[in-house]
Amino acid sequence: MTAFANHFAFEFKTGLRNSNLLLMNYLFPLGFYAAMGVVMTQINPLFTATMTPAMVVFATMASTILGLPGPLVESREAGIYRSYKINGVPAASILAIPVLTTIFHTLIVCVIISLTATPFFKGVAPANWGAFALITLLTAITCGAIGALIGVISNNSRATVLWSQLIFLPSMLLGGLMMPLDMLPQSVRPVSAFLPPARAMEAFLGLAYNQETVMGPMTSAIILLVSGLLAFALAIYLFNWDSRNKTRRGHPLMALLVLVPYIVGIFIGW
Amino acid sequence: MNEIVISVRDFRKVYDDFVAVDSISFEVHRDEIFGLLGPNGAGKTSTLECLEGLRRPDGGRLDILGVDPTREPRKLHNLIGVQLQTSGLPADIRVAEAMKFFCAYHGVAPRYDLLERLALTEKQHSQYRELSSGQQRRLALALAVAHKPPVLLLDEPTAGLDVASRTELHGLMQELKDQGTTIILATHDMAEAEKMTDRVAILLRGKIVTIGTPREITATGSGLTKVSVRTEHSVLHKSDVNFPTVHQHLLDEEYAIFYSTDPGPTVAALLDYIGAQGDKLIDLRVERPSLEERFLEITSTGGAQ
Repeated sequence: MTAFANHFAFEFKTGLRNSNLLLMNYLFPLGFYAAMGVVMTQINPLFTATMTPAMVVFATMASTILGLPGPLVESREAGIYRSYKINGVPAASILAIPVLTTIFHTLIVCVIISLTATPFFKGVAPANWGAFALITLLTAITCGAIGALIGVISNNSRATVLWSQLIFLPSMLLGGLMMPLDMLPQSVRPVSAFLPPARAMEAFLGLAYNQETVMGPMTSAIILLVSGLLAFALAIYLFNWDSRNKTRRGHPLMALLVLVPYIVGIFIGW
Repeated sequence: MNEIVISVRDFRKVYDDFVAVDSISFEVHRDEIFGLLGPNGAGKTSTLECLEGLRRPDGGRLDILGVDPTREPRKLHNLIGVQLQTSGLPADIRVAEAMKFFCAYHGVAPRYDLLERLALTEKQHSQYRELSSGQQRRLALALAVAHKPPVLLLDEPTAGLDVASRTELHGLMQELKDQGTTIILATHDMAEAEKMTDRVAILLRGKIVTIGTPREITATGSGLTKVSVRTEHSVLHKSDVNFPTVHQHLLDEEYAIFYSTDPGPTVAALLDYIGAQGDKLIDLRVERPSLEERFLEITSTGGAQ
């Protein structure tokens, strides 16, 4: 436990010391939130209805899907995991601790957003704060696990950017963050059904705001949970200690298994 | 010093079609500093990495104090201390934090005394990225020995260190050896190997071409001792002078250089000759064959004895 606590404390401090992580964990999401609060609420007053969950999901994606994979790859490339392995640091800790500390940073930002959106930008407050908190945590866990999986399967930083943007950009456009899913054309909604942030938004709106949703909110929450657990299990299974040692368990394409819950979700009617 | 601590039997490591290590065998005893020498690509790092449990051998058997590094990695990590060629620490970690971090995973109290011993106390609040390469290597060594492992595997531990740090590190290695630590030292530095090791194995293209004490290895070479002489009037700077047991006679601007199979009679004859010619001796140097010369001899002949 002492070793785990030490490791956690070190990783948490790294999230504040490292300028790249500080940017992705705090400055970028809070800066974007402030900009959206000032500009978007004036361009589109309806945005206030979904602003709080949308900015929470955005902040979570920034720190986990964009921010988390890079340092994992860089640590592997720098031989840090080799040194960890020799000194008895378990693979599960190597992955779980950065995910947990990133979630911790994310939750701090989410609390700031949730508490300031209403007084500062007239963002609509959740009807059910308990459900809001649970879905925030669930979204952070799932996105954190997906971020870890991207870091594990990427051979280099460029691949990391590619995989991260493959999730981040469609999520911004089709995830219900900028405009509600019911305003999207019918033809693109199946794509949204594969995006974790879209599922998170539906869970927020249905369970924390008691609003009508396109996809089942409880189904979306379950899909998020299952895909998060699956992503973390796959990340541990595919984890490679060493970039110089090419022998690894499983093929990186196994990571696509994380889509299975979303496919099942579509078959059972969103 | 007879207890076998590390045993390597018919060890083989292959990368695709490239045989990096080809069925080598050796043993390392308790309290011994064992050198692994060889040019780049000889198989030193592959051997160390398999002993460290970082890679799987493709044949043979490895054993460290009864533990198979491949099959029992959990038992291994408290038995060995490792200084890797690349240090492998997070750039943002502070020196004292690194000590606390690794000691916690080994289940021991942080060894801040080692930071003091290796002149890192002043840097204990500095991040790893802020350390010089010498300080980074010293920290890596401190972390490797912090849990007092019975076996220490060092890969180029003094590369990039200044003379003072190097001497300090050699002192620490000697101290650890005296306390019963068994050390494998992979190095390119022949003077270090000659000074520090009890036995060395020279690897070439994945095979051990020779193994023994540095003295035994140098003795199996051409065995010529270098005698360099400088006199006031350079009476030895003649091509027709002959002395007993001298195989080669070279001249440079100041010194006459003789390679002798038996330096005793050669030196005596040289001094007699200088006196008889009315010249005066300024400098006389006798250098026995070094491990470096023997190493170069072995590697240049491709390992042919």
